[in-house]
Amino acid sequence: MVYDVTIDGKVYRLELERAEAGWRCRLDGRDIQMDAVLARRDVLSVLIGGKAYEIKREHTATDVHLWVGSVRYLAELRDPRSLHGRRGADADDKGPKKLLAPMPGKVVRVLIGEEQAVEAGQSILVVEAMKMQNEIKSPKKGTVRKIVAAEGANVNAGDVLAIVE
Amino acid sequence: MFKKILIANRGEIAVRVIRACRELGIASVAVYSDVDRASLHVRKADEAYHIGSPAAAESYLNFAKILNVAKRSGADAIHPGYGFLSENAKFAQACVDAGVKFIGPTAASMEMMGSKTRARQEMERAGVPFVPGTSKGLESAEQAEQVAAKIGYPVMLKAAAGGGGKGMRLVHTPEELKPALEAAQSEAERSFGDREVYVEKAIINPRHIEMQVLADEHGNTVYLGERECSIQRRHQKVLEESPSPIVDADMRRRMGEVAVRVARAAGYTNAGTVEFLVDEDKNFYFLEMNTRLQVEHPVTELITGLDLVHLQIRVAAGEKLPFRQEDVRIRGHAIECRIYAEDPDNNYFPSPGKITLLLLPSGPGIRRDSGMYEGWTVPIDYDPLLAKLIGYGTDRTQAISRLTRALHEYFVGGIKTNISLFRRILTDADFQAGRLDTGYLDRLLKSKPPEVRGGHPEVAAIAAGIFAILDPGSAAGNGNASPNLGSRTGDGTAASGWKRVARAESLGQK
Repeated sequence: MVYDVTIDGKVYRLELERAEAGWRCRLDGRDIQMDAVLARRDVLSVLIGGKAYEIKREHTATDVHLWVGSVRYLAELRDPRSLHGRRGADADDKGPKKLLAPMPGKVVRVLIGEEQAVEAGQSILVVEAMKMQNEIKSPKKGTVRKIVAAEGANVNAGDVLAIVE
Repeated sequence: MFKKILIANRGEIAVRVIRACRELGIASVAVYSDVDRASLHVRKADEAYHIGSPAAAESYLNFAKILNVAKRSGADAIHPGYGFLSENAKFAQACVDAGVKFIGPTAASMEMMGSKTRARQEMERAGVPFVPGTSKGLESAEQAEQVAAKIGYPVMLKAAAGGGGKGMRLVHTPEELKPALEAAQSEAERSFGDREVYVEKAIINPRHIEMQVLADEHGNTVYLGERECSIQRRHQKVLEESPSPIVDADMRRRMGEVAVRVARAAGYTNAGTVEFLVDEDKNFYFLEMNTRLQVEHPVTELITGLDLVHLQIRVAAGEKLPFRQEDVRIRGHAIECRIYAEDPDNNYFPSPGKITLLLLPSGPGIRRDSGMYEGWTVPIDYDPLLAKLIGYGTDRTQAISRLTRALHEYFVGGIKTNISLFRRILTDADFQAGRLDTGYLDRLLKSKPPEVRGGHPEVAAIAAGIFAILDPGSAAGNGNASPNLGSRTGDGTAASGWKRVARAESLGQK
């Protein structure tokens, strides 16, 4: 198998094949002596040149993370033969920015009205979850174009709360 | 001794009390709300009863429902844990009226200590040192301004019924005072149903050190050493240890004797904690008394060898304390990390959700008190405390190294936790040197995180491919893959599962 693996934004070409005693592995054209055992679902034990690594795989709603020891990496795996295009360029700082709810909860207060100016880091709303009040801050200096979530509204993670331009 | 104890709580503390009951041969009764049916305390108890909807007022704070379960199940005592009804004097009295023993102090002691303003008045009488300020609730912003001008800024506004940093505001200038007072009063009203707020001089970056006390119903009161609780975020404790790095035997004795005086003045029985603020010159001031078992009680258990929950139950059953003050010995050092469901990369927002993978630390000197398990969904309705990890060693250095090692073994997948924060604290030079105060954690979080050493992105890249081949099913999200070794047909599934993820991401970017 050939994969394009993206780890924290850096792309690696990985060639993997099962061999009689373990694996044949090439990473970016380099041969790597490697052995791997699936210890349990989502946990791998990998040996590379005698060094031992424990790798944990974690799924979130949108991402897959791989933890090597206690270090986390954002991982994407693609079959280069597939027709799916690359991801679009990341959105930059210009233009309207959406403030998203970081977790499910309830909007307990709206601190800034629409069309008011805000500084970067200024609090716009307060969301309460798990008995904690959390201030949702503006990602940039600009103007609050729209408050989408009213006081008292229940929101889910990822819901748009406000738009700052 | 009691035959059956109802635990009016949930999470790790309910599990802790259930375990003590089992050890003492006492039957345990759990209660649960709609979202806690699958919670660990329900699984571990001998009996469990549903008490209502997730809102605490409809379940864990509802006197009638809890007392009804006590009656139905034949429980002869109620352990309130911490939080919820644990410091509610009316509930303690309702238990007395219902003929069930409340495992804790009397309603009268709780009332005195539950109002911080009344506690200040009583302690003033008992000659206990405390921070200058008002011993009564503020009646107006004008009065607040007068008092603040007299004691000098900065001042701290505090809710009389307060706890956990709610209804609390630090005020540096007269201009900030009025809006801060209004905010504190409305927060106090929302959190405790009581608007009363008082003011005291703010001691900037003090240490927060507390003393464990224990009293039986025959007039014997002892102290069991201090806990250093200076590492806090938003006035919530994050890490506690015992002994404190700055408390020597003489200071411990002086603080302990004051704590015992406080407890006696309140007619206190059962386990309680006297909190002190300690300034740079090691002067200590009475802050408040917590009339319950504390979250951080395990560090005291480890260094004294006592089981506080056993002792709470025995004392409540009318037994005398089985030891005297001079029998209490402090041995070794213990540190507790509070594992919260919150996201360190996103301003420590709560992070409820399903725990998809849980790898647990063990080995020498490690204790885990936990309310979570793999496959459990952390509800959004309650405090985000998941578990406590406690390290014990013969000295502070060994406790730190054991705990650091265990934190690298600990893995909670599917939700975010603050485990990485503890690795950072435990390797920080100021922490290791014991240079702590209540501003410590804010300073640490503002400083640049240390470079991640030993990163292995290329190992992650190889592992990504191996997972796709050996464990493709769960990548596709069905969570049910068998380790189907050697199956080439698995490749397609895996690639499509990962591709789906990639596609979902690119859609989200538009």
